[in-house]
Amino acid sequence: MGFPHKPHPKETVVLSQYFGDADARSYAGWVQRGGYEALKKSLAMTPVAVQDIVKASGLRGRGGAGFPTGLKWSFMPKERTRTHYLCCNADESEPGTFKDREIMRWTPHALIEGCAIAQHAIQAEICYIYIRGEFTEPLRIMEKAIAEAYQNGVLGANAMGSGKRIDQFIHRGAGAYICGEETALMNSIEGKRGNPRIRPPFPAAAGVFGLPTTINNVETLAAVPHIINRGADWYKSLYLSNPKSTGTKLISVSGHVQRPGNYEITMGFPLKDLIYDLCGGVKPGRTLKACIPGGSSVPILNKEESESCILDYEGTVAKGTMLGSGGAIVFDDTTDMVYQVMRLAKFYAHESCAQCTQCREGTAWTVRILQRILAGEGTIQDLDLLLDLADQMTGKTICVLSDSCAAPVVTGIKKFRGEFEAYIKGARKPVMATV
Amino acid sequence: MTMHDTKPYEPVFTPERRAGLEELLKRYPTKRAALLPALWMVQEARGWISDTAMTEVAEVLGLTPAYVKGVVTFYTMYHLHPVGKNFVQVCTTTPCNICGAENVVKALLQHTGCGELGATSPDGKWTVIEVECLGACGFATPIMVNDDFIESVTPEKVLEIVRKYS
Repeated sequence: MGFPHKPHPKETVVLSQYFGDADARSYAGWVQRGGYEALKKSLAMTPVAVQDIVKASGLRGRGGAGFPTGLKWSFMPKERTRTHYLCCNADESEPGTFKDREIMRWTPHALIEGCAIAQHAIQAEICYIYIRGEFTEPLRIMEKAIAEAYQNGVLGANAMGSGKRIDQFIHRGAGAYICGEETALMNSIEGKRGNPRIRPPFPAAAGVFGLPTTINNVETLAAVPHIINRGADWYKSLYLSNPKSTGTKLISVSGHVQRPGNYEITMGFPLKDLIYDLCGGVKPGRTLKACIPGGSSVPILNKEESESCILDYEGTVAKGTMLGSGGAIVFDDTTDMVYQVMRLAKFYAHESCAQCTQCREGTAWTVRILQRILAGEGTIQDLDLLLDLADQMTGKTICVLSDSCAAPVVTGIKKFRGEFEAYIKGARKPVMATV
Repeated sequence: MTMHDTKPYEPVFTPERRAGLEELLKRYPTKRAALLPALWMVQEARGWISDTAMTEVAEVLGLTPAYVKGVVTFYTMYHLHPVGKNFVQVCTTTPCNICGAENVVKALLQHTGCGELGATSPDGKWTVIEVECLGACGFATPIMVNDDFIESVTPEKVLEIVRKYS
């Protein structure tokens, strides 16, 4: 649902508390709501002490990988002998995900504060906030908020009177999904094509401009001030299922539900309750068919799996999928799964950076085969070919874009094979022209 | 005008824009890093990025024209040719697709007179393209008209939007 929306009683409102509250956008409004207290507190601590709190909280990366944030920070050199960088990944482009947009639109200072705390923790004077080019409104809001933060001495040469320099700059993307991949993002900041880099070296050793760098997602960084204010124990206690997945998570729900939108849940919340209670279920007279719980790159769940899936890192893995970035795409029984699997593959074919053969050729070939099936010209061998191709596209490339294309294809065929066969056997009318 | 009767190229980086670029350069340890922002400046000034403009950017930042072109062509938001006064991007990726985004595209092509994707309408006012995920999936179908982000567009709302920008 669009904001302002009244939180559902089953939501746990932390990051989304001020969504819809336009007064929270300004520096003065943010300070009135307790803003920048956490930064003040952090600046009085040693960087390692801040890292330890975040480590103890159990916070894990909200961009998709779920890597422990405090641990990631601790990989940065202890002694600052060269420039350290923080990159905030605001290149939100994963189909199904639109949470970072909401954080930046409503609580820009929460992100600035989170970035500043992280900068202190990893001793980075400079933070680049990489915002995707299409996010014109979040860009304007963030630019204004950063300017205010400088005017009020939060940022600059003497950040909050600490004697430390904290700079934050926005770097606008220009339309490339792959730049949300951390090493591609760094290349893009450097003024290069957004090609992912081979690791090692890892960013903490040689990141942007070849210097020690940490990259964190918007939602991860926005959670940090809350952890500093309310303590690691409080954050650690926020879980409903597995203590390895703590805190709250914004889940973006799209597709065939009555009330799509962003919902903030405690980790371990059942996907079933999210779909049926918070989002009002599918439209009357329709039934749930499938759900992609973590953004388009993760395996598809069928109805039964969706209704028994727990939303946290482990609960989703137990169902053969992933929490990813928390973009739940819901499909009802009117969905043509073959067409939608093709549409997903088309996304990856469009967004492939074309560095690796498996991805460049594999994504485009996958689309061609799927379109052939949709045109009524597929053969039963095409399904084996798609699976074989998917196998060759998994775990063999510099980044996981190729794997992400394979995931919905493999699970689509496995779980909805009948629909593919219907096109192949002529039981279903072709929906595409011959390609 | 014949093709030989061309106007001299007017540089994008006037002293004023040059000063703006110098400010941006302070943010980065290399000049190359200011390439994306510099290209945005060109597109804001001219509406697209010509080969000559790429050469100018290359000179300003100490890069080669070929390098600049390599970067420009990687990013889909930079226009390699002039587009209509109103440049429309429609999301048709899965979450919007299942909510009827392709019908929004059809309505836009019809009401703008563009006829086909990527073509500019005869009056020069419109260009419509399909894009991949605009990151507002819960508000299907989002479209962008130039820098304006419009949520929850349905085929029924298209005519009103077209009138507003015409």
